[in-house]
Amino acid sequence: MIDAAVGKLAAEPALGDEREPSWWQANRELVCIPLLFVIVVGAWEALIRLAEVPPYVAPAPSAIWRSLVNGIGSGLFLSNALVTLTEALLGFAGAAVLAIALGSAIAQSRFVERVLYPYLIAIQTTPKVAIAPLFIIWFGFGITSKIIMAGIVSFFPILVNVITGLRSTDSQKIELMRSLRASRWQTFTMVKLPSAMPMIFAGLHIAVIFSILGAIVGEFVGSKKGLGNLILQMNFNLDTAGVFAALVCLSSMGITLHLIMHWLQRRVLFWADQNQIPGV
Amino acid sequence: MTLSPTAAASASTPPASDARRTDAGALIRVAGLEKSYRSRDRSLTRALGPVSLDITRGEFITIVGPSGCGKSTLLKLIAGLIDRSAGSIAIGGREIVGPQEEIGVVFQSPVLLPWRTALENVMLPAAVQRLDPVKSKARGLELLALVGLREFAGKYPNELSGGMQQRVAIARALMHDPAVLLMDEPFGALDAMTRENMNLEIRRIWAESGKTILFVTHSIPEAVFLGTRVLVLSARPGLVADVVDVDLGAERSLDIVTSDAFGVFTRRIRHHFQAKGMIE
Repeated sequence: MIDAAVGKLAAEPALGDEREPSWWQANRELVCIPLLFVIVVGAWEALIRLAEVPPYVAPAPSAIWRSLVNGIGSGLFLSNALVTLTEALLGFAGAAVLAIALGSAIAQSRFVERVLYPYLIAIQTTPKVAIAPLFIIWFGFGITSKIIMAGIVSFFPILVNVITGLRSTDSQKIELMRSLRASRWQTFTMVKLPSAMPMIFAGLHIAVIFSILGAIVGEFVGSKKGLGNLILQMNFNLDTAGVFAALVCLSSMGITLHLIMHWLQRRVLFWADQNQIPGV
Repeated sequence: MTLSPTAAASASTPPASDARRTDAGALIRVAGLEKSYRSRDRSLTRALGPVSLDITRGEFITIVGPSGCGKSTLLKLIAGLIDRSAGSIAIGGREIVGPQEEIGVVFQSPVLLPWRTALENVMLPAAVQRLDPVKSKARGLELLALVGLREFAGKYPNELSGGMQQRVAIARALMHDPAVLLMDEPFGALDAMTRENMNLEIRRIWAESGKTILFVTHSIPEAVFLGTRVLVLSARPGLVADVVDVDLGAERSLDIVTSDAFGVFTRRIRHHFQAKGMIE
């Protein structure tokens, strides 16, 4: 009778799958993605050259490429990118720790949630970018004001998801823990927090990208270093190709962080249906 | 056609006293147990009782009744998961308040934690009670062997079939070696073949472990096949309509289902429902 149960586990071959897919069917995305890039960049280059658009209005892709190579070669991009990355990641890490701690505390009691909720809404609906000048006054032109800015911007997406995640625990699992006479803390660490991890990860995904945004905004308002600072300087010198090259650096940074989060999620949430994790 | 609650109550009041088989050595003693709910219009609705029942150590009691008769409520009251409105429940002479150590519960669905392996799920009660991990691991493996899943110890719930998951849940309920096992329609979601096998399994586990089992079902044949005694509940509010001693012997194969004696028991129970108009 055990064998009967085991038999059900073996995957049944799907019907109509015996035909080998053709090379084109298997690889068409791999062909079309770079192809689209080549077409867009080629059209852009041609348009700029044929229409003789001045380079300070819109640079040609070849000019952006030269700027990028020069900037990377001189170490200009790397040193500034490291500053921005440090600001974003420290802000993100601080926000993640605080949001998970505060979210957990709020989710423990309806009363606390009801009391804090109007304030959280008020803070969340205030455009955080508008507070950035204040942070310069309070924390100066250095890295601290940017870390706090990155932290504030990434704090709320995590907080909201922590609360939602902790609230949506399967009531049967909580009943199970009650039948085992588990303490509140045990129910929290063994059931509620792991159950909430898919939601928390969805929040972390949004937040890690937001943290770069926060760092850049902080640098725009007042800074000495960083990619945001570099973009302002290049813009001032009408070095449009340089601005685009800095943007390429920023988006590479964002993509890398996104991929790291994705990898981390697959490791931590190996047990969850990856398609059911929201917002990824 | 269904009877109104008041008519069902008056029709099934007399047998309630028969159920009180006053037995000095009763392991579980239920007396005048009632559960009422306050409905939306603020009136009290009695869902169950009064029910009185004595259960001796080592019995296999099956509880059968139409849907909504409060069979699950009765089980949750004995499990200490919900509060009673009136009456008393004593286990080993001690009045119960809240979940008890002497009780293991198997729910309608397996309620496994998807981030824990089969073995880790079985060990959950030990983890909650902070028992020695080495000893509890040995016991967990023993219990997985008892339910025929020794070689699936390292598998995660999503790698197991529904029947296997429910076996893991049974092993988990046995982990802290409770005297009483409460099972709330544990095989309701399984297909007919798996369900038959699980019925054989649970009879074997009952015989090997010497536990006292209370098993809720809505299947009359299942109730007769499994139980040493069948508690027949009437429709809302659930009252004891009959208590049937099933003298089919300790060794029961699936063939017993077609025997004359088996038919006598199922007819007797079915008669209760038909007479009271609970079966359409």
